[in-house]
Amino acid sequence: MVSITIDGKNFEVDEDNNLLQECLSHAMDLPYFCWHPSMGSVGSCRQCAVIEYADDNDEKGRLVMACMTSPREGGRYSLKGARKFRAQAIESIMINHPHDCPVCEEGGECHLQDMTVMSGHAYRRYDGKKKTHNNQYLGPFINHEMNRCITCYRCVRYYKDYAGGTDFSVQASHDNTYFGRWQEGAYESEFSGNLVEVCPTGVFTDKPFAKNYVRKWDLQTSPSVCTGCGVGCNTNPGERYGTLRRIVNRFNDEVNGYFLCDKGRFGAGYVNSEQRIPVSMTRDSHEADPVQIEPDAAKQALKDAAKGAIGIASPRASMEANFALRELVGEDSFYAGISAKELGMLNSIIDIYQNRPVNIANIKDIENSDAVLILGEDITNTAARMALAVRQSVKNLGRQMGADLNFPNWHDAAIRTLAMDRKSPLYILSPHATRLDDVAKSVHISSAAQSARIGLAIAHAIDNSAPAVKGLSKEEQSLVDEIAGTLKGAKQALIISGTSSMEPALLEAAANVATALNDGDSKANLALAVPESNSLGLALMMQGNEKALEQAMSSGSKKAIVLENDLYRRAASADVDTFIDGLEQLAVLDSLKNRTGEQANLVLAAATFAESSGTFVNYEGRAQHYYSTFKAVDSIRSSVSWLSDKSLNELNAECAAALPHCAELTHLTPGEGYNFAGLKAPRQPHRYSGRTAMRANINVHEPKQEQDENGVMVYSMEGVPAIKDASVFNSPWAPGWNSNQSVFKFQEFAGGPLKQGNQGKRLLENNVKDKPWYEPEIAGDSDNGFKVFPIYHLFGSEELSAFTPAIQEKATSAYIALNPADAEKLGLHSTDGVQVEHNGAVPFILRNSIAAGTVGVAVGLSGLNFRNIPGSIALDKAEDWQSPDNWKAANIIVSDRSAESGKGSAS
Amino acid sequence: MFKAIGKQIKIIWSQIVTLWLVFLHLFKKADTVEYPDVQPYMFPRWRGRIVLTRDPDGEERCVACNLCAVACPVDCIALQKTEDENGRWYPEFFRINFSRCIMCGFCEEACPTHAIQLTPDFEMAEYVRQDMVWEKEHMLINGTGKYHDYNFYRVAGKAIGGKGKGEARNELPPVDRRSLLP
Ligand code: SF4
Ligand code: SF4
Ligand code: SF4
Ligand code: SF4
Ligand code: FES
Repeated sequence: MVSITIDGKNFEVDEDNNLLQECLSHAMDLPYFCWHPSMGSVGSCRQCAVIEYADDNDEKGRLVMACMTSPREGGRYSLKGARKFRAQAIESIMINHPHDCPVCEEGGECHLQDMTVMSGHAYRRYDGKKKTHNNQYLGPFINHEMNRCITCYRCVRYYKDYAGGTDFSVQASHDNTYFGRWQEGAYESEFSGNLVEVCPTGVFTDKPFAKNYVRKWDLQTSPSVCTGCGVGCNTNPGERYGTLRRIVNRFNDEVNGYFLCDKGRFGAGYVNSEQRIPVSMTRDSHEADPVQIEPDAAKQALKDAAKGAIGIASPRASMEANFALRELVGEDSFYAGISAKELGMLNSIIDIYQNRPVNIANIKDIENSDAVLILGEDITNTAARMALAVRQSVKNLGRQMGADLNFPNWHDAAIRTLAMDRKSPLYILSPHATRLDDVAKSVHISSAAQSARIGLAIAHAIDNSAPAVKGLSKEEQSLVDEIAGTLKGAKQALIISGTSSMEPALLEAAANVATALNDGDSKANLALAVPESNSLGLALMMQGNEKALEQAMSSGSKKAIVLENDLYRRAASADVDTFIDGLEQLAVLDSLKNRTGEQANLVLAAATFAESSGTFVNYEGRAQHYYSTFKAVDSIRSSVSWLSDKSLNELNAECAAALPHCAELTHLTPGEGYNFAGLKAPRQPHRYSGRTAMRANINVHEPKQEQDENGVMVYSMEGVPAIKDASVFNSPWAPGWNSNQSVFKFQEFAGGPLKQGNQGKRLLENNVKDKPWYEPEIAGDSDNGFKVFPIYHLFGSEELSAFTPAIQEKATSAYIALNPADAEKLGLHSTDGVQVEHNGAVPFILRNSIAAGTVGVAVGLSGLNFRNIPGSIALDKAEDWQSPDNWKAANIIVSDRSAESGKGSAS
Repeated sequence: MFKAIGKQIKIIWSQIVTLWLVFLHLFKKADTVEYPDVQPYMFPRWRGRIVLTRDPDGEERCVACNLCAVACPVDCIALQKTEDENGRWYPEFFRINFSRCIMCGFCEEACPTHAIQLTPDFEMAEYVRQDMVWEKEHMLINGTGKYHDYNFYRVAGKAIGGKGKGEARNELPPVDRRSLLP
C-alpha cells in the first residue's frame, strides 16, 4: 500500500495495481478502452490520461497514461487536469465513427457510448469524410461491422494472446487498420464469443442475438449457471417476449471470471427450439397416437404412474428435481440414469476430493498454477473453460521473469516481450493431438490405460512410497522422470484429468500424482472434469448405493419415470430397447423431444434452466443456484413442480438434510425472506420499457406480476438490485456505465472478486494429512481389432446445446478418426465411409497423431451411439456409401489432420 | 355596530355587481365552439395521435432502435426489431397502447430517424379500451410527416440494400486491408 494524492484528495492504493485500476477501485470515473482486468495494459488508446506531478512544487505536471503508471508513494496526480486531453482523444477516435447507434447491436451497452459521454465529447465538429471498411463473414456466432472499430486492439490481444487463436489478426497499416480474418470464414477458437464483450464497440456482436435483437435495458435477466458442461460457468441469460435471447458472462472470480466458452454463450438456443415439448401428452399404448393432456391432469397421471415405479434420475437435472424424484418413487427405487462405470468414476472423484491431501482447483487456481499435467482429458472439448485457464497458466513463467525484474504484473506488452516463447511447463498425455498442444512442453500420445500407468509411475517417481509401475518403455520412463522433476520443482503444480476417457484408473493416477506432490504444508492442485452440469451432484445423491442405469434396466420393474434423460445416450441402443419394450408404463419429463420421450406413455413438458430454478454441483463440488429467467407458459412446468407438491425451498432444505455433504445447499440463496428495504431483487432493469404495451395486444389490462418460486427475486423492475448477496448478482449496471464493464463497481477492487464474495458453496473439502495411495488394476488392452477411444466435440457432443441452430452449424455428424497408415491398410479412399462394428457406417478423417491400431470415435454426434461400441472394434469399408447431409468435415478443427482426409464431406 | 352594517352592504353590493357582469356575458361572443360541428384550429406541433412516417424514398423510417420505447414515461410502446435480407433494420411489430399514452412527445424527441411523430389529431376516444391498442399498420402513414428531408440510412454507416459500404453521405470508399500504404 502506498499513499497518493489525486486532485487534492488522499488515497491508500495498492502499488501492484496500475493507477487506472486504483482510480476505478476508488469510485472515480476515469475513461479507458484498451485496459482489461484479465489482459492487463498496453497503453494504446490514450483515453485514460491523467496528469502526474513530479513533486509538490511541480505546477505543470506531465501527461501519463494511468493504465501504464504504477502509483508511487507520495505521488500527486490529477484527473481533472487531463480532462481536455481526454475529450480531444475521444474526438479524434470518433472522427471515422459511423452514425450507427440506432442500428448498432452494442447500443445501450456500449462502452464507447459511455466513455464518449464521460469524456465530454458531445458534438461532431469534424466534417471531413469517414473511413469505411468491408465486413467479413465470421461464422454462425459473431457479426462483423468493422466501421465501428476504434483500434483499441483489445480483440487481437484477447483472441491471439489470451485465447491462443491463430486465425484472426490486425491487418493493413496507419489509420487503415483492419481487424479480421485473413479469409472470410468461421472463427476457429472455441472462445471467440468473448469478443462480443471484450470489444468495447459494436464491431463484434452476438449474431443469433442480433437476429432477434432487443436492447439490454429490455432484457429480463437472472443469475444463472451454464448447462453446457461440468465447469458450471456463471451466466446471465436474457429474455424478452417469452423467448430466451442471449447469454452473457456473469462474473465469478473463482469460476469463469470474465469469459465463457462458445458453447456456453451460444449453446442455450435450445430453449427456443422447435423441438421443445410444448404440452404434456399421454397415450394408452405404444402404438396409439399421443393426445394432449391438461397440466393438472398430467400431474395426477404422473402421481398414479409413480406407484410401484422406478425413478431414473439425470446428471443434467437440478439437485432439487432429482431429489423430488427420489421422494416420489422412494429411495429404493431411485436409480442414477448414468452407466455404472460413469457413476463409479464420479464416486471416485468424490472420494479423491475428500480423502486425498489435494487442493481442489477452481478455474482461478488453474490459472495460477505454474506446472500442469493433463492426464488423458481433452479439456478443450469436455470442460472448455478449463482449457482457457490452462492457457493462462503457461504465462506464469513470464510473469515470474517480470517480477524478478520488478515489472508489474499488469504490464502485458512488456511481459510478453520479455518471455518471448518461454512458458511454464504443460505436459499432455492423450490418445490424440489436442487444441492445447501449441503451448505444451510435450505431448505424449498414449491410450487412457497407458496414460494411467504413466501417471502412476510419475507419482512413484515423486514419492517412492507410491506404488510402482512396471513395464514402461525407456522413452516413457524418461518422460516420467522429466515430468516428475518438473512438477516437484514447481511452486504450484496442477494435475488435470477427468471422466471422459471412461478409464477409472486415470483418476486414481491423477490423485496419486497430486498426493505425491503433497509435502506437508503445500498441496498440489487437482481438477477432475465431469461430463455434465450436475454430474457430481447426482453422484452425491447416490452416495452409499450403486444403483446405476444398468441396475435400473435389469430391475424387472414394469413402470419407470425418467427425469430429463435420453437413455439412448447412456446405454447401448439394444439394451434400452429391451428395457422400454418390457415396460408397461413409461413416464418421461423432459424439455426436448428425444428417442426416449417418443416411446413414453406419458410425457410431461418440463422447463429448461431458463424457466426454472435449482442447484447444480460443478466439477469442483461447488453447488451453485440458478434462478429462472422467465416464466414459461402454463403448460410447461419445472420438473420440481411436476414431481412434487412441495416448494423448491422445501425440497432444497430436505435435500440438504437428507444427503451427506449437502448441508450447504440451503445457504446458496439468501432465502425466502430476502429483502432489501422491504423489496426483493428485480429481474428487469430499472429502465425496462414497454410494460404497458407488450401484452396489450392480448389484453389491454395488464396482468398481475408473476410470482417467483423461491421468493428472492421478482419478475418485475421493482426492487433493489442485489447488493448483498453474490448469488443474486444479476446484470451489472452503474450510472454512466451501461456495458458489462460496470462489473468493477461491484468488485473489491477493479478486477478483483465481487464485494459479496463468490457465488456457490463447496460441498467437498479435505483435511487429510497422510498420503493414502490408489493401486488400480489396469486391464491390458485387448489385441483384437482397433482399440477405441472417444473423441468429444465442444459443439455437438453435449445433448442440449446440440439442439441450438448456431451450434448445429458448427457441429458435424458422427465420424471416426484414423491413422493414415491404418486407412491405407483398410483400403479406404478419402470419399469412402467406414462400417463400424455394432453400428452403421460413418465418414472418417485421418489424423497423424493417432497411434496405429487405435481409432477415435466421435461421441454424442448424430449417426452413431458411442455406447454401442465395445473397447475394440473391427472396421470395414462401407458398401454403397453416401456421406450424410450434416457431415461437415471442415468443422473438425484439429492440428494433425492429414491432408488426404475428409474430402468426402458434404460441405 | 356601524362597522358591521357597512360590511353587510359591501357584500350585497359585490353580489349585485357579479350578477350584472354575468348578465352582460349574454351579449358577448362565445369562447367555446360547437364541437364537433365546428372544428378547432390545431397547431401543427400539437401533440396528438402518433404516426410512423416514411423516409423520402418511401421506406419505413423506423429502424426499431427502441429509443422511443425507453423514453416513454408510461412504457406504452413495445416493438421488436427484425431485418430484411439486406440487413436493413425495421420493426417486426410496433405497438402503442394509447389508453396509457399521455401525449408527452418524448418518443418523438428521442427518435433518431424522425420516424415517430405526434400529429394534431386528438380525436381518439373509443368505446372499448382494447381498441386503443394500435399496431404498426394503424400508424404507418405514406409520407414524411413534419420532417421532409431526413433519411437516416443515407447517413448511417451500415450497409443496406441499394447502399453499400462507403456509399453513405460523407464516406470514403472502403479501405484495402491488403495494402500497407497509408
Ligand atoms: S459502437 Fe457504440 S457508439 Fe458506435 S455505433 Fe455502436 S453503439 Fe454507437
Ligand atoms: S474491433 Fe473492437 S476490440 Fe478490436 S480494435 Fe476495434 S474496437 Fe477494439
Ligand atoms: S466451459 Fe462449460 S460451463 Fe463454462 S461456458 Fe463452456 S460449456 Fe458452459
Ligand atoms: S425511436 Fe424512432 S426509429 Fe427508434 S424505434 Fe422508435 S420510432 Fe423507431
Ligand atoms: S486504457 Fe490506458 S491507454 Fe488505453
